[in-house]
Amino acid sequence: MKLYVRQRHRVLQVVTKLIIPFVLLFALYVQFHGDYGPGGGFQAGVLFASAFILHGLIFGLQRTRSVLTPSLLRVLMALGVLIYLGTGIVTMLLGHNLLDYAALAANPKTGQHWGIFAVELGVGVTVTAVMVSLFYSFASKRL
Amino acid sequence: MDIAQQLPALVIVLPMLAAPLCVLIRHSALCWALSVFTSLLTFLSAFGLFNQVRADGVIRYAIGGWAAPTGIEYYVDMANASMLLLVSFISLIVLLYAYESVKKSVVKAKHYLFYAAWMLCLTGLLGITITGDAFNVFVFLEISSLSMYMLIAFGSNRRALTASFRYLIMGSIGASFILIGIGFLYAATGTLNMADMAGRIPDAEAQRAVLVAFSFLTIGLMIKSAVFPLHGWLANAYQYAPVAVTAFLAGTATKVSLYVLLRFFFSIFGTEYSFGYMLLNVVLLPAAIVSFILLSLVAIFQSDLKRMLAYSSVAQVGYIVAAFCLATEQGLTAGIVHIFNHGIIKTALFMSVGCMLFRLGHTHRNSLDNLISTMPFTVVAFIISGLGLIGVPLTVGFVSKFTLIGAAMEKGWWLVGALVLLSSLFAVIYIGRVIEIMLFRKVRVNEPAPVGMKEAPLSMLVPMYALIGVSIWFGVFGTTTLSVAREAALVLLGGYQ
Repeated sequence: MKLYVRQRHRVLQVVTKLIIPFVLLFALYVQFHGDYGPGGGFQAGVLFASAFILHGLIFGLQRTRSVLTPSLLRVLMALGVLIYLGTGIVTMLLGHNLLDYAALAANPKTGQHWGIFAVELGVGVTVTAVMVSLFYSFASKRL
Repeated sequence: MDIAQQLPALVIVLPMLAAPLCVLIRHSALCWALSVFTSLLTFLSAFGLFNQVRADGVIRYAIGGWAAPTGIEYYVDMANASMLLLVSFISLIVLLYAYESVKKSVVKAKHYLFYAAWMLCLTGLLGITITGDAFNVFVFLEISSLSMYMLIAFGSNRRALTASFRYLIMGSIGASFILIGIGFLYAATGTLNMADMAGRIPDAEAQRAVLVAFSFLTIGLMIKSAVFPLHGWLANAYQYAPVAVTAFLAGTATKVSLYVLLRFFFSIFGTEYSFGYMLLNVVLLPAAIVSFILLSLVAIFQSDLKRMLAYSSVAQVGYIVAAFCLATEQGLTAGIVHIFNHGIIKTALFMSVGCMLFRLGHTHRNSLDNLISTMPFTVVAFIISGLGLIGVPLTVGFVSKFTLIGAAMEKGWWLVGALVLLSSLFAVIYIGRVIEIMLFRKVRVNEPAPVGMKEAPLSMLVPMYALIGVSIWFGVFGTTTLSVAREAALVLLGGYQ
């Protein structure tokens, strides 16, 4: 497949290139500040994915797909769930109930913090992957 | 970690963990092995849980360490411990059986998705059963439903897609009705914990919201468990899904919805409110009776075995719902025992039909002439489990029908008992016709004998016969299941502690 950049939307392309890093940064902020402020894995995942979707809309699906390949997305989807469940299993191995984050540190509050952090990371990864693959499957004929 | 204490979580975590692992592994046989292994561990956990509950009574497990009304808890008593056992057992047996049939009917590149969806479906079904939180029921319902739509769509016939889509529409309507019902209950009682809700409903009963919640839940659960006027999705879904999926769903999906129905109407709303005030039996009993009479009649006229058994499933759900409508200990016992027994028989029947499908490539009734000469074991399996479906003595079907009719008589509903017998007669006709064709009808002379016809592979026969062995065991020693069902019925009627 020829990877070509359409020259007709120069303004859009330049603006997009400028915007994308900030979208990603904001997504990361929402992700990692989610345990203190509004936000969390789901919102951050959607924001993170929206950067890729924007890239796909402006530069064409081919270019986005070469960065985030469908098989990578599939791995990410599964990985997010595994991070989430893994946290639960670690708390179980530490002798507490499933997803009882207090087990994760000596201080229960710190434990809760870390637990939410890990779980939200899992959510974020999966949501990003699912959002982008939804976009792929609607935008292209094959996945 | 203390495994005995973590069993309620493990039942859910194990299959949920297997699903993403399948996606990562992507190797057909390995995914199958992982799924079987997980299913085995899940079954063992469910078995352990069952024994714990039987010995020490109710187990409450707080997810995340947050105690009950605040957090989500898993609540295991006799009623759902036995359901967990049934669901995980059927999943294990059918997965063992599925390998060859999936290899043949599903594109190899998608096997890993098939097994991942299976594991998610198992997670959902077990989750619905084990959870003690009303909203959690909905979440797991969605997990199981979505993966079920996917599993059905794996069918090799292209109509599987429309069947799956139709189920998706109906199932989503059902699920949203259930969600609306739970939402109204939350509004009326201010809690999502089922035990807590049960305690608060008597004070909130006068509110219109509870009434609305009750109505929405009734309709939603009727769709999900395929009670008569709302069973439209079931026939196509069962017919066009891969046969292993049909066998799995027939034994578990509608059964779990029926369990939720039991849980809501008997434990949460309470028998008094559901049947004394809301007159649920006036709505459900006619639907149930039409279910088992009409759908048994419809089954007679089906020429495709899978479709015939699908309609028969709706009829059997009718028996179960009729038993619930009695709202007595006897009735509930009959219903629960039939959930269990029918789950086993119908799964075994679909498995034997799957063996025919595997060799013949289709399951039209009229081309099974003298099948006994080529596939004796499959045919014998079909006959044994078919007799179970009819309710011949020494089979599980007899145990449940006997209890059901006894319960109806006890309540003085003679007509219901008579109608159950009448519909059993219809079952004799539709099963009998198939048996007659398979045993006695000669192959037409001018038709060449099909080439390469032989018995189904051993990997399919062994799990099938294991299940049939279980069904015979529980048919002969029916008191085991009956006593468990009675304990479960008492727990459900007694409400939460």
